[in-house]
Amino acid sequence: MEKLKLVEQTQTRDDIPQFQPGDTVNIHYRVREGGKERIQQYQGVVIARKGGGANETFMVRKISNNVGVERIFPLNSPFIAKIDVVKRGKVRRAKLFYLRALRGKAARLREKGLIS
Amino acid sequence: MTGLIGKKIGMTSVFDEAGNNVPVTVIEIETCVITQIKSMEVDGYDAIQIASVEKREKLVSKALKGHFAKANTTPKRHIKEMRDFVPEGAKIGDTLSIEDVFREQTYVDVVGYSKGKGFQGVVKRHGFSGVGGRTHGQHNRERAPGSIGQSSDPSKVFKGMKMGGRTGNSRVKVKRLELVKVIPDANLIMIKGAIPGPKNRLVEVYNHG
Repeated sequence: MEKLKLVEQTQTRDDIPQFQPGDTVNIHYRVREGGKERIQQYQGVVIARKGGGANETFMVRKISNNVGVERIFPLNSPFIAKIDVVKRGKVRRAKLFYLRALRGKAARLREKGLIS
Repeated sequence: MTGLIGKKIGMTSVFDEAGNNVPVTVIEIETCVITQIKSMEVDGYDAIQIASVEKREKLVSKALKGHFAKANTTPKRHIKEMRDFVPEGAKIGDTLSIEDVFREQTYVDVVGYSKGKGFQGVVKRHGFSGVGGRTHGQHNRERAPGSIGQSSDPSKVFKGMKMGGRTGNSRVKVKRLELVKVIPDANLIMIKGAIPGPKNRLVEVYNHG
């Protein structure tokens, strides 16, 4: 088991900031289009983190053009250029799937206070 | 045939250069000692014999003890022969390292013993589809095999008829798996995809082709 952790350690990135479900994050994602690479930003609320070690993923939800969009990112993906934590939300559970049923004002989360 | 003996550690995933998430199995290669070199003149074919994984001296027969003593090594649990593979300058008693045998971005075959499943019915064991439903007069035979033969002619069940029985725990070879990464310092290799058997079970890894 330790041997597997050893391998996973080489795969995990240490430049990812700490964030939890409820936090609003802005992800700078590298997109490849026809040989060219550009950075796409995707901002939303983290509603779940899943898995561990090298396989950890997180789910980000946002409302785009009145349509709910959810994207799952591998935490250690080389396509993630940067993650900015915009807001820290105060939540009482680890998976915020209840946000899917809520819209507008009801889908707001209380803030934990600004990050220093 | 060139290869080494190893132990399955488990599965994880790595990102390749293109950014793809590749599922890999991690295998720890055990220390493999050359215990015998067979030659055309003496044995009729060229080969090396490798042995690995320590075994208590008490459990080894005298004949085998002598065989290992010749190679100047302790008794080992597993002995395998690699035909038509004699590394240059190899002597009896040498250990083979990963770099001698494996290269990254090549293909390997993996031999292992699959997980034992115990006594299983034909649906799991042979992929039968079962009866198909609970209705149309069935009440307790959803996973039954159906007919196993004809009537008074031939008056017997043919040999090799697929039936329930002990499943798994058999020698399985998976061919042409990509060797994603070799880590010589830690004696680990990473192979794309799954390999037979549970964690910590012994596997043989051969170069493909």
